[in-house]
Amino acid sequence: MSTGFHVVVLGSLVPDLLQTLEPVQGPSGPALKNELMLPAVLDPWAAHALFEAAHVAAATPGSKVWLVSLGPKAKLQQLMMSIAQKVPFELVAVDGSASGFTDPVDVAEALAGAIEKIPSLDRSRLLLFGGCASASRDAGVTVQLVGERLGITDQFLAADELTVSAEGVLTVLERVEGGRYLVSEVAGPPCAIAWATGNLPEPPNNPQVGMMNMRTIMPALQKAPAIQFASQGTVFQSVELPKQERRTRIVRDVPLDEMAREIADWIKG
Amino acid sequence: MVKDDSSKQLPARLRTLPGDDVRQIMWRFADRFDYQMVVQSARAVARGPVARAVAKGARNSHEWTEDKAALLHEFDAAGITSAAVDPEYGGYIEGPKNFVLGLLAYELAWVDAGAGTSSMANTLALAPIHERGTPEQKQTYMSRSVPPLPGDSRKIWRGAFALTESIPYVGVDTGVLSGRVRVAEWNDSEEPLLHVDKRGRFITNMGSANFVTAAVDSGDPRIKGSCMVILEETDPGTFDRGIPTRKLAHQLSSTRDPIFSLQVPASRIIGGYTVKDGVIIPNYSHADVIEAVFTRTRATPAIMTSAKLLSAVEPVIRYHRRRFRGAAGINEGTPRFDMGLQQKEDALHRLLDVWAAGEAGASLGFETARLLDTYDAIEKAKAAVLAQQGIAGGRAELKALRAREKDATEYVALAARRTPSPEESARLAMLDADPVVKFIVTESLSSVLIPAAKLWNTGHGVNMMREAVSMMGGYGITEDCPGFLGLKWIDGQLEATYEGPEVVQRRQLSVTMSRPIFLRQFQAWIAHLNAISREHPAMGAGTLASAMELWFWSREYLSTAKDAYGRDLYSNQRHGVTYPLADALAWLVATYHLVLDVLELKRKGPENPALAEGIEGLVSFYTDLTHIHAATAAGEATRICAELVFGYRAESDPALEVLASTVDVFKDVAPFNALRTKVDASLAGSKLAKDRAAESLSHVMIPEVLDYPV
Repeated sequence: MSTGFHVVVLGSLVPDLLQTLEPVQGPSGPALKNELMLPAVLDPWAAHALFEAAHVAAATPGSKVWLVSLGPKAKLQQLMMSIAQKVPFELVAVDGSASGFTDPVDVAEALAGAIEKIPSLDRSRLLLFGGCASASRDAGVTVQLVGERLGITDQFLAADELTVSAEGVLTVLERVEGGRYLVSEVAGPPCAIAWATGNLPEPPNNPQVGMMNMRTIMPALQKAPAIQFASQGTVFQSVELPKQERRTRIVRDVPLDEMAREIADWIKG
Repeated sequence: MVKDDSSKQLPARLRTLPGDDVRQIMWRFADRFDYQMVVQSARAVARGPVARAVAKGARNSHEWTEDKAALLHEFDAAGITSAAVDPEYGGYIEGPKNFVLGLLAYELAWVDAGAGTSSMANTLALAPIHERGTPEQKQTYMSRSVPPLPGDSRKIWRGAFALTESIPYVGVDTGVLSGRVRVAEWNDSEEPLLHVDKRGRFITNMGSANFVTAAVDSGDPRIKGSCMVILEETDPGTFDRGIPTRKLAHQLSSTRDPIFSLQVPASRIIGGYTVKDGVIIPNYSHADVIEAVFTRTRATPAIMTSAKLLSAVEPVIRYHRRRFRGAAGINEGTPRFDMGLQQKEDALHRLLDVWAAGEAGASLGFETARLLDTYDAIEKAKAAVLAQQGIAGGRAELKALRAREKDATEYVALAARRTPSPEESARLAMLDADPVVKFIVTESLSSVLIPAAKLWNTGHGVNMMREAVSMMGGYGITEDCPGFLGLKWIDGQLEATYEGPEVVQRRQLSVTMSRPIFLRQFQAWIAHLNAISREHPAMGAGTLASAMELWFWSREYLSTAKDAYGRDLYSNQRHGVTYPLADALAWLVATYHLVLDVLELKRKGPENPALAEGIEGLVSFYTDLTHIHAATAAGEATRICAELVFGYRAESDPALEVLASTVDVFKDVAPFNALRTKVDASLAGSKLAKDRAAESLSHVMIPEVLDYPV
């Protein structure tokens, strides 16, 4: 593969997972209490997709990575201060709600529109990456919907590994039932891959990489188009947290086996 | 799902703990993305590898272990090590580094100050070279201290700063050194070879240092005076890292008592030397170098202690709220279950005091660092102007600067005018363009802010850290305490000692706070606070202004007063007078800068969309917190001043027995009584502010768990 991939990663922010998340009824529908005030992180599944994208790009000369993010501009800027340090990418920002209470069809429409406007993007070399799920609302359909709008029909869900052969053939490992993988091959791009956790560690922060990225990030944020989702369509009857699963217990020096046994016992009930 | 009606409640409450958006505004780095990234990078290291090392028990050894050494590599990988180095030598941050180093120290000390010290000590070792080194020395040691890039097999160099000596005690009078430098060999037309003997004590980073910047005095008539010299581990002779110092704090940093007996070329004298009549004359004495170094590095440990106080807020709230959960008979939904100890006013009020102290310290520390970031350019401009006049260093420069102090004082007075006349504006512009005047003004301010921050942030900070520990009950003094509060408490004591203990800072303040130019500046602050008070009456700015007036009057009074035996009160050796007065000043200066930061938040906060939904509560809480702290600071300053003004009068003063004649007997201090009454009266509302802030504190949303391990 001499020309490299054009990897577009879909990913935005979610409230830091350690925060207390409390659904409330806001003026324009359901929301999380103090959502804008809470520190945010890149959606963990999207983060895996981003790290995998950087890995693929680094291994394939001539490749380039874009991160397409739909979220409140001010929060995206803050998020970039950490994410931009991880891997090289160019940001494409869309200024709008990153709340979990938006319809994925609307979100996909906005994201596909943003991707279509990337001037130097070669759609024949496009790898569309994203998370197979989200920490804000687990509809798990955004990558597929964006792929459909961009005419990408080779789609892989819950992927953990992507390898590229010397001939440019892509081999994807998708999670399927029973802890097994479905191994698929695709002749080449374009294709869409919704990542599970992948198998790469989180890269350490490197402010030097961050400063390189910031040359394009700030202009991208400044010219981010604002988007307002229509309030009709999806209606939320009620929203609540699964209370029992938010219990936190701090323990020290517990052997792994014992922890595993305890979790298994809990699942068994 | 509940209806979100929190915005309709009055007064608005603090919704969440202050995040990065808030700090960037208050500490004025919202436009510095490079700094913001360094913060995120350092935070990830602090709350990841550093916290895990502490939780694992890495502090339980005086030795330099693999776990501790691994943290240095984490610093390297995260860009922390090279953040202090200029881009021309391989760093990546342009311009002065005082503020960004303060941010780094803040983030690391949030979890463990020893880790912060490890990072800082390397910068301290390089500081003599950075400030006074020759171009060759800078190129060599700065470049070597930058982590190698991928593919580069070069090993990074690490440094240690060796000043303290005098075994068996720790510490040194900067004017007295036992370390010696002699001429070992000096052949005609060759560079002299020196022999350096130095026994260090409590030298940080000795476990990993490849080079040392050591202070030594001449032990040879062929060398004039003292100097600082660079020693390398491969120099011929003894480079003994020595035994680990059995210190009780900052155990993640390596501290040892090294012994050096090495031969080095004379080119290692920091800043170079000249030869006159067969005598080597170092261009800078060790005192010159140290002054330049400590001017720039003392704000950092001050910030570290404040970081710890602020880091204590979240764990204490969580502990208080969950205090009774899980206990028999405490059911979900009951006030004891939901609020725990936060039902009690005392728990809330005491935590507010800790929080306020942390905020005020951080405000002062970061303002000092920002001021120092302007210092280098101003100092260079001043030196250039003086050089044009044929004045370079030493007494000639001091004399030249003294001659311009009156102009500088005038500058401070004119700059404080709210509505200057055209003539005054023109004069101000003229003085503003004068590098010598700007230097005198900046130096007079920094020479107060630096010792005030170092003294107050660390000294009072440790006291308040003890308070934070006490709020966790027995849990506070265990290794399991969330936030490592007990460890942070004892670490704070070392921050109070590093780079000049409290007595050194008091000594410096006692001199610099009495300079007319600073006193003029101080009066301008009072006027500023009074103006703020008119516009924002709930901040406690009026209380602080009143206390500052009282301090000012007390200093003036004490400067000419005599004690009951006719001895001068305000004299060089009368530490019983000048040092407490310095303590009082530090309280006031810290609080003044908190007021300024909260005003900044008030002004700029609403412009940030991410803060929009909670800005009202945020500003309201910080206004109350400032009011609380202004009242405390005013109380402290007033108490100290009262003791000094009245305490040196004769014990048999009849006023003690005949209250009716008090007014007559104390006629000479009647203005003090009036000012004190004014301070007392200005406290109105301060406790109400505390009640409001306590209400906020009892409802503020905190994360489910701490974001670093315990």
